Amino acid sequence: MKARVVVTLKSGILDPQGKAIEGALKSLGVEGVASVRQGKVFDIELAGADAKLARAQLQTACEKLLANTVIENYKIDV
Amino acid sequence: MKAAVIVFPGSNREGDMARALKQATGHKPSMLWHADHELPAGTDLVVLPGGFSYGDYLRCGAIAGRAAIMDAVRAHAARGGLVLGVCNGFQILCESGLLPGVLMRNANLRFVCRMQHLRVERNDTAFTRHYARGQTIEVCIAHGEGNYEADDATIERLEGEGLVAFRYCDSAGKVGGAANPNGSRNDIAGIYSDRRNVLGLMPHPENLIDPLVGGTDGRGLFESLASAA
Repeated sequence: MKARVVVTLKSGILDPQGKAIEGALKSLGVEGVASVRQGKVFDIELAGADAKLARAQLQTACEKLLANTVIENYKIDV
Repeated sequence: MKAAVIVFPGSNREGDMARALKQATGHKPSMLWHADHELPAGTDLVVLPGGFSYGDYLRCGAIAGRAAIMDAVRAHAARGGLVLGVCNGFQILCESGLLPGVLMRNANLRFVCRMQHLRVERNDTAFTRHYARGQTIEVCIAHGEGNYEADDATIERLEGEGLVAFRYCDSAGKVGGAANPNGSRNDIAGIYSDRRNVLGLMPHPENLIDPLVGGTDGRGLFESLASAA
């Protein structure tokens, strides 16, 4: 089973990398960019076929390692 | 004073740290590998040195913070044992839950490598007895992710309980403004745990212990530790 975990910065946390990307897009003349926030995507292959179990396992993975919940949120798609 | 330095894949300041500890304590520290499970019996001080553990993959200090040896470090800290984390070591302490908050990318997005003045916030801890309260010291910094961030409640608690160890200042001791190299909240350069037995800081006192390399203001920290146990 394939799963995707998306980790993003919580709102209110300053994202200097996102700001730099936003500035670069503007300097490239890409129109209509209001703001950019950078995050991470993890594509994870799971051994089992039980979606509910997979979700629980991924939640553990996020809480223990993939996200720093002081500053980041995570979203799990199985 | 029995010290142990933990070496992770990608640590690179362990030699400097061992030299500073040897100079102050008269003994070479034990060097431990991240995959070890125990500290040597009678260890008083555990040091997490600077570097780029695991290539800063995922987040700085994230993978090292969950290494096998960290359970022993957490147990040591819970017993009241001393723990020092410098630079990447500070990032590891935050990621391992031994200190609150997180070190974010520097606000100006640049890696900063330069001499830096710090204000010693208090001198009644095992780490700072050989300094004066409010003293300005000059050490060096070398980091890309030293921008200390925590939620408002945590910052309030750190300030209210006197857990800020060092702040960035200029040569005259004036805190903040252009003297803040990375955008850290409240110009925080280092913090203590609740019981002040764990210290994490971004600057490198271990590199300022010999006049040959520009100063000796870092010695106070190691001399304080040497006399603490």
